[in-house]
Amino acid sequence: MPEISELWKSVNLRERWETAPTWVRMIVSGILLAIAIYLPFLNVLPFAYIRTDLSTGGSDWSGVLTTIVIYMIVATGLNVVIGMAGLLDLGYVGFYAIGAYSLALFGSPDSPVTHWFADKFGLSEGWSVPFVACVPIAIAIALAAGVVLGAPTLRLRGDYLAIVTMGFGEIIRIISRNANGLTNGPNGITNVPTPPGPKDPDTGQPFFNPIDGYRWYWLCLAVLILLIWLVRRLEYSRVGRSWLAIREDEDAAAVMGVSGFKYKLWAFAIGAAVGAIAGLLFGSKQTFVEPTGFALNLSFLFVAMVVIGGSGNMVGALFGAFLITYLPERFRGLSDWRPFCFGVALVLVMILRPQGLIPNRRRARELEDRRLEAEEVATDD
Amino acid sequence: MTLLELEDVVLNYGKIRALHGLTLSVDAGEVVALIGANGAGKTSTMRAISGVRGLHSGRIVFDGQDVTKLRADQRLRKGMCLAPEGRGIFPGMTVQENLDMGAYTRKDREAVASDFERVFTLFPRLLERRKQFAGTMSGGEQQMLAIGRSLMSRPRLLLLDEPSMGLAPMLIKQIFSIISEINQQGTTVLVVEQNAKQALSLADRAYVLETGSIVKSGTGAALLNDPSIREAYLGVA
Repeated sequence: MPEISELWKSVNLRERWETAPTWVRMIVSGILLAIAIYLPFLNVLPFAYIRTDLSTGGSDWSGVLTTIVIYMIVATGLNVVIGMAGLLDLGYVGFYAIGAYSLALFGSPDSPVTHWFADKFGLSEGWSVPFVACVPIAIAIALAAGVVLGAPTLRLRGDYLAIVTMGFGEIIRIISRNANGLTNGPNGITNVPTPPGPKDPDTGQPFFNPIDGYRWYWLCLAVLILLIWLVRRLEYSRVGRSWLAIREDEDAAAVMGVSGFKYKLWAFAIGAAVGAIAGLLFGSKQTFVEPTGFALNLSFLFVAMVVIGGSGNMVGALFGAFLITYLPERFRGLSDWRPFCFGVALVLVMILRPQGLIPNRRRARELEDRRLEAEEVATDD
Repeated sequence: MTLLELEDVVLNYGKIRALHGLTLSVDAGEVVALIGANGAGKTSTMRAISGVRGLHSGRIVFDGQDVTKLRADQRLRKGMCLAPEGRGIFPGMTVQENLDMGAYTRKDREAVASDFERVFTLFPRLLERRKQFAGTMSGGEQQMLAIGRSLMSRPRLLLLDEPSMGLAPMLIKQIFSIISEINQQGTTVLVVEQNAKQALSLADRAYVLETGSIVKSGTGAALLNDPSIREAYLGVA
């Protein structure tokens, strides 16, 4: 192992990237993007071995890619909350569910909400809100939910916050399961709308349909890239700097004039909105939304993606999302062993690389500082 | 003119009472020292003044205005700034970024640039380490950074929490001469110290803190010659 890590250090990819001229970075980004766009059609050996549908019973490759990208969006959003602002949110699946349900409730002609609107205002049978209008609705509801959850709870720190947010995730799931009049309960909501696009002239199929999975993948990829760009901008702004200060030392940040509450609330709301966008894409792709898709397990999985990948480092979080989504799909044969492998992997990462696989450099300093501080407190008394 | 006044301040940590009705005042332009043993409530006093901790009861008046109910970030905007005791810096930021955080609330870019010069003149060491992660520096350097960072907000009242903690004697002398320099440049200073000798020789006035309340006060020189203080804090019988 040490030889490998030495070798890796000598390559020093991160520094090379940071010191590379703009045109090199543009070309590299362009190549990576081209590869990402080409992935669904990958058919050249030996690279095609990464596909998940080579053996019988394997998962649809485009479908897997789409799921990976949706979870990458989740990781991008959760990385804002956990990685940048340092708030441990164990109920992130709640926002993911809010995104999916917002789309389903307003966009599906079969949902109790659209029925109610149709009855109330005498609209025609089968009326629903168009997909494009559902997107801002979902984001607005998620932002509001983020603020409603955050405002009373962000005064809590560390573990306490984690417990409360975990409760929030469960509350959302239980409401979606039991509020029959609102969400159809365990039956779920069918006919969730898909994004608009030209219909197939021969079959009349919508543009985004289950057969042409690559279109979903491309759509999600475009959304992911947009969100990464937005979050990057935020990270290097005054807001990002405030998050960093709060994460490193909340008291010191306050003493420097950073309003901890305000920026933590921002982190929560932005994270919630991004999570909702991911959930919305998920719901739309499934065209069906039901409560069991939003179990607490998923929250832990989301947190694991960010933490394993490297909390606070966007590339790390994306990589974590990729690993955790892709590996179980590629090695389906070992599916009985999945929880075991997952547990072992988590423990190993925590022991060998507590800052994650692709760590944030600042984060490593913070962990070290906290260790020294703990030592000082221990020797003080 | 009184700049800061604490009236009967009581501060609790859960069920433990850290400050039992503390009253003190700081006049504009002064250096006031607060000395006391470990656990006497020195850091708690600083937390109460800077707003990091809320009070149980009592009143804090800054510049004629009741700031008891204000949060720490709001109090900074009123013109006070705390340099926290050891490791109160941002470890994952570079020295430069830490100092930038000190100027977080300021919009006057030119004046900020000249304050950078001032801090680097006071602490040439920080200039050398400008690009280094603060968490990798020695205790003394971190202490300098904490003081430099708080100066970047151009406070009228500088609150220093144990500036000499964990420093070598040479460095302690240096830090105290810098504090006096800062004061001469017009900043009022309230310094909390375990190192009573240095603090008392620097301070115009001083308070002695024992188990959460003031037991004695006077000019720095008077306390320095007070036999009971000499015995308890200066190690001279």
